[in-house]
Amino acid sequence: MDAEFFRAWITEVAAVVEAQRDHLTQLDAAIGDADHGINLARGFAAVRAALTDAGPLTPGSVLMLTGSTLISKVGGASGPLYGTAFRRAAKALGDKPEVDLSALAEALEAALAGVKQLGAASEGEKTMVDALAPAVAAFSRAAASGAAAADALAALTSAADAGAHDTISMQALKGRASYLGPRSVGHEDPGAASTALILHALRDVAARQPA
Amino acid sequence: MKKLINSPDTVVTDALAGLAAAHPSLSVDVENKVITRAGKPAAGKVGLVSGGGSGHEPLHGGFVGYGMLDAACAGEIFTSPVPDQVLIATKAVNGGAGVLHVVKNYTGDVLNFRMAAELADDEGIEVSSVVVNDDVAVQDSLYTAGRRGTGATVFVEKIAGALAERGASLAEVAAVAAEVNERTRSFGIALTACTVPAAGKPTFQLAEQEIELGIGIHGEPGRARAPLQPVRDIVATALDAIDSDMPLAGDLLVMVNGMGGTPLIELYGAWNEVSRYLAGRGTRIARNLVGNYITSLEMQGFSVTVCRLTETLAGLWDAPVETPGLRWGR
Repeated sequence: MDAEFFRAWITEVAAVVEAQRDHLTQLDAAIGDADHGINLARGFAAVRAALTDAGPLTPGSVLMLTGSTLISKVGGASGPLYGTAFRRAAKALGDKPEVDLSALAEALEAALAGVKQLGAASEGEKTMVDALAPAVAAFSRAAASGAAAADALAALTSAADAGAHDTISMQALKGRASYLGPRSVGHEDPGAASTALILHALRDVAARQPA
Repeated sequence: MKKLINSPDTVVTDALAGLAAAHPSLSVDVENKVITRAGKPAAGKVGLVSGGGSGHEPLHGGFVGYGMLDAACAGEIFTSPVPDQVLIATKAVNGGAGVLHVVKNYTGDVLNFRMAAELADDEGIEVSSVVVNDDVAVQDSLYTAGRRGTGATVFVEKIAGALAERGASLAEVAAVAAEVNERTRSFGIALTACTVPAAGKPTFQLAEQEIELGIGIHGEPGRARAPLQPVRDIVATALDAIDSDMPLAGDLLVMVNGMGGTPLIELYGAWNEVSRYLAGRGTRIARNLVGNYITSLEMQGFSVTVCRLTETLAGLWDAPVETPGLRWGR
């Protein structure tokens, strides 16, 4: 996977969050302040523009530019959290022009560690961590056991979807939804939903690559 | 829902441009969405920076001026500002005596201000932060993101601003800000939700005969629903909640704050109930505010904020202030 692959991933994320903006906003209206979709769409649109203007890149620098742009453009909790996730992933990738599955697994693990450290959330608190943690675990296991990319990415998105779905029955212990207490139960967490979308974009871009 | 705007995409920047045009005492960087006092920062004075999502006007931009904030950062509607903005503001107000960040306790605000404080530290600017967390509707426990920063923010900005104006040190200004936060509690109620312009519809739906108890300031659902009832009973609910968390005694600074969509005639009716309730408890309302100070777009509702005053805090409250949102003594 080279810089073009990562550019394509992030470009796909921008398209997906724009298409899903109202859905994400609606999820955030139920247990938040109705701005998640709007904020992510704005942030990733800015990322897409920054990537277009950027000169030659590496996989790491694509993700670093993504993270820094999100921090500068999104605001809220999502900006720092997603921004840090991408920046940590970028640092893990270093300046290699191409990365393999196990390097990607390490990058995703670094992203997860960054999010958990910054947001102080664990699994079970109804946050993006509930999609990201199982997804990263499933992907790392698959990569470590020598699975093909397509299978590892399938494991990634299945686990992300299941994790996002699991947030429905949780009571929020972090973030704005936590103010609702028990009323947050019965609604999918918008951050978990957007995490799943971002990981699906990764898988979809890989699926379009010539074998 | 009808809004008096040109387009959802330009609501914030149009308002900032309007603020700048209306108030020559302010310097508004519309591109970066940072509002400062016009002119250079006073040498040796602690600078006060706050900020948050737009949609709470006059908070925070309307409180920039003599005796209160030196700078405010305006995020997108209900969205925390980004570290870049807070850093620009921090550098702009640095008079060499350090900068106080007044941060409302929301995950986004806390994270973005923290990142900015680290960046400012890298540039040799001493930054202290006070986190405002006065809302009693949320339990401050391991099981929540902590209590929200609501009406106390206005009190903190005014009182800390007054002390900074007197040339106090950063440590002293931060201490008085923390003291005000510690001595203040709030509770809010909504009759309607509000509509974020870009979302196009209300954040939640309340039936004709329903109210939302324990709201924040971002249009999100509150802690519980209740039937519509006379304002006397609503005020009792709010003040009972505050009193059970912080027993109300002595001289008080009390604010009845409109959420943006409630007319003054109703706010004064609510104030009447607040003063009757507190008179019945033997406390003295020493200072008050009635009006729109920390709003949530056009949400109908109000919040009550009560601070247990000391003589010193009362004196700082009385100190002259000259901002678009609060003005006396000058």
